[in-house]
Amino acid sequence: MIGITAWGAYIPRARLSKQAMADANTWFDAGLKSLARGERSICNWDEDTITMAVEAGRDCLSALKDNTVASLYLASTTLPFLDRQNSVVVTEALNLDKHIRTMDISASQRAATSALISLLESNVQNNAMLVGSEHRRSKAGSRAEMLWGDAAAAVTVGSDDVVAEFLGAETRAEDFVDHYRGQDAEFDYDWEERWIRDEGFLKSVPAAVNALLDSAAISAGDITRFILPTDQARTPGAVAKKIGINVDAIVDNQITTCGVAGVAQPILLLAGVLEKSNPGDLILLVGFGQGCDALLFRATEQIENCKPLLGVAGALARRREEHNYNRFLSFNNLIERDIGKRSEADKQTFLSGYNRRKDLLTAFIGGRCRECGTVQIPKEKYCVNPECNALESQDDAIFSDKTGTVKTWTADRLTFDWSPPAYFGMVEFDGGGKLMMDFTEVEEGSIDSGSKVSMHFRIKQFDSQRGFRKYFWKASPL
Amino acid sequence: MASGIKDKVVILGMGCSKFGERWESSPSDLMVEAFEECIQDAGIERNQIEAAWFGAGIDAFGVGASAMPLAIALRLNYIPVTKVENMCATGTEAFRGAVYAVASGACDIALALGVEKLKDTGYGGLPQRTRGVENDMYWPNLSAPGAFAQLATGYRAKHGLNKADLKRAMAHVSVKSHANGTKNPKAHLRRAITEEQAINAPYIAEPIGLFDCCGVSDGAACAIVTTPEIARSLGKDNRISVKALQLAVSNGTESGHESWDGSYLKTTRIATQRAYDEAGIKDPKKELSMTEVHDCFSITELVTMEDLQLADEGHAVNDVLDGKFDADGNTPCQIDGGLKCFGHPIGASGLRMIYENYLQFQGRAGDRQLADPTLGLNHNLGGFPHQNICSISIIGAYD
Repeated sequence: MIGITAWGAYIPRARLSKQAMADANTWFDAGLKSLARGERSICNWDEDTITMAVEAGRDCLSALKDNTVASLYLASTTLPFLDRQNSVVVTEALNLDKHIRTMDISASQRAATSALISLLESNVQNNAMLVGSEHRRSKAGSRAEMLWGDAAAAVTVGSDDVVAEFLGAETRAEDFVDHYRGQDAEFDYDWEERWIRDEGFLKSVPAAVNALLDSAAISAGDITRFILPTDQARTPGAVAKKIGINVDAIVDNQITTCGVAGVAQPILLLAGVLEKSNPGDLILLVGFGQGCDALLFRATEQIENCKPLLGVAGALARRREEHNYNRFLSFNNLIERDIGKRSEADKQTFLSGYNRRKDLLTAFIGGRCRECGTVQIPKEKYCVNPECNALESQDDAIFSDKTGTVKTWTADRLTFDWSPPAYFGMVEFDGGGKLMMDFTEVEEGSIDSGSKVSMHFRIKQFDSQRGFRKYFWKASPL
Repeated sequence: MASGIKDKVVILGMGCSKFGERWESSPSDLMVEAFEECIQDAGIERNQIEAAWFGAGIDAFGVGASAMPLAIALRLNYIPVTKVENMCATGTEAFRGAVYAVASGACDIALALGVEKLKDTGYGGLPQRTRGVENDMYWPNLSAPGAFAQLATGYRAKHGLNKADLKRAMAHVSVKSHANGTKNPKAHLRRAITEEQAINAPYIAEPIGLFDCCGVSDGAACAIVTTPEIARSLGKDNRISVKALQLAVSNGTESGHESWDGSYLKTTRIATQRAYDEAGIKDPKKELSMTEVHDCFSITELVTMEDLQLADEGHAVNDVLDGKFDADGNTPCQIDGGLKCFGHPIGASGLRMIYENYLQFQGRAGDRQLADPTLGLNHNLGGFPHQNICSISIIGAYD
């Protein structure tokens, strides 16, 4: 049996109030008032498609028995690098084996569902991971900005401990241009919603789904959950009705809690459905874009055994209210903010130096001394224990999954930071090792000496002059 | 067995520029200002200087690389000049080079000069600069106050203090230095402040507020040193000698090993004990007439009182509030205003501290003159609490 073996999810903690967004923009477009309900997820300044993919991947690995995968595909239309395989950065941050197969899939809102079909229909090794991740880009004051959200989700495909058996898939490829983003464009250009619904969704989705149901010999009325990712609130209902799927089966697109997360959306919704499924449930997953993909799954008895650390419900619940629309504009470079002369220092990454330190910077690997047992980070030639100082005595020790305790800290308002104050301090890790490091996701008053923290892969700095960005691990209050 | 530096070298002359926002002055101007005072005080000719040590902390924003800026500014006579840099402890490093050269017998008269031009950046605080190719990739982008705020949170956690008590003691440190600074015509900041002003000032890096930070200044300071015998032959009767010169440099233990808890400066404790041993000091609370410490931030001075053994561990807050380090206290600290108010041109600060000892011991300190001081300790610190360089110099009357 081939199918889904585990899932994981990540949604940025910050949730921007849609009322705050509307308040800033209805002077121009009064129609936005109708969308001013609930909130959407927004990346912190130090989050992007890669960092969210690492979090979702980590959550998914936590549900696998052996915590590893043989391949990792990353699907997104907002990959930070056009030529530097983004999925490889994710695998290194997840400390996955270097023999892993990797690939980035892009260029369509159905990139993730197409990749998932490809994995399910190939003779995959246990397990293959697919991560969908999207840090959405939209113009200030647009409807898209109100409807979309940032998120990532991951599933693994394999043949052991399958939680949702793959029953088949159908693809309908047609160059229906509801929207597009050209090579040099920063934002999407789209066409009228009603036309997209009538000529797009209502034509290609039924065609693909009906073909799939025919070949699987399953009737539309038996579908338990119907996932149709779209920012058009009423379209899933219209499509379901046309196909004959029960209205109860329609899966909500989370427009008022998270926002539609682009390529990540079908995987995020699938993960959310799996989290609540019972054995035997029939799950129909659609991906729409230049035609559509349709995939059919049946939940197995194993479904109750899959428990990622966070999951979709956990990711949705772990939130921080944000009411400052200006901050969202700044974080997404939608406004040219005066960030001070201290920001002008050159931030070049010296790639040979980066390569030497990659184990530390991406994988967050330190050392454990074979002579005295002292755990330390960074790993250096001599052991840090003053009673030992042994030469080249350290084995790799992974720090990314460690928790720690804040020894010293500050909230620095002098140094440059995209979201001042800059919180940083000395963290002592459980099991040994300490490091002066940046903190992230700190709310005022939430940190003090003695606070417990966990580790998160985040953007360290942007080199806007050269289009590069540095990543490193940061501590967040537990 | 090495015999140490005590009384092998005396100060022949010293000079110090006015510190402050010297918009009109180039690094060369500042160097010449300090040097002219120094060489006139020494009573020698430029060509009698046989070697020089030149300290400047931040090349990229200051004088530029190498020893040449000093040789060119002072038109030195093609003598050996060594450039030194040890972050904010640079000034004492220049002094150490010159003193060791004389003590070794390699030359009779040597010059040490430190300079810094910080006010050419266009913004407040120290210049934003690289910490090195690899460090920049994972170190927090910490400012100096952000780094030293760590000492405050670490000290507070260790001793179970509440925020308000520690902040009040920090405020007292700054109020005292501002009061002292009003009496120093060369000081950058010459305005008295109140405890309330210090406590209520906006945070720069919690819990460090505006008045917990020292001045960011332009300035230069220098010394000419020689042997006691040569000084006497040049007619110097009131000789001031070097009693100890010690330096301790972090080896990464504090930042990487759990044996350090972030509540004190390990290097200061080590360098201090070595310096007391070198100078033969048994009871610093009784023997020291004055201290000039590296009060880059009020918390640094407070914690340093313990690291110098002038306050018992955990008691600095009470001792500070009791006025033990005020101008009329048991061991006056920063009688010249300190880094806080005299100012902190990085490369010059270590020499500026020694300059104050030198003036005080000769009774030349004007309105801020202490009664009969004979022995002073200078504490010059570079870097951050978790990774730093500590210089201790002890200067006193030559018997």
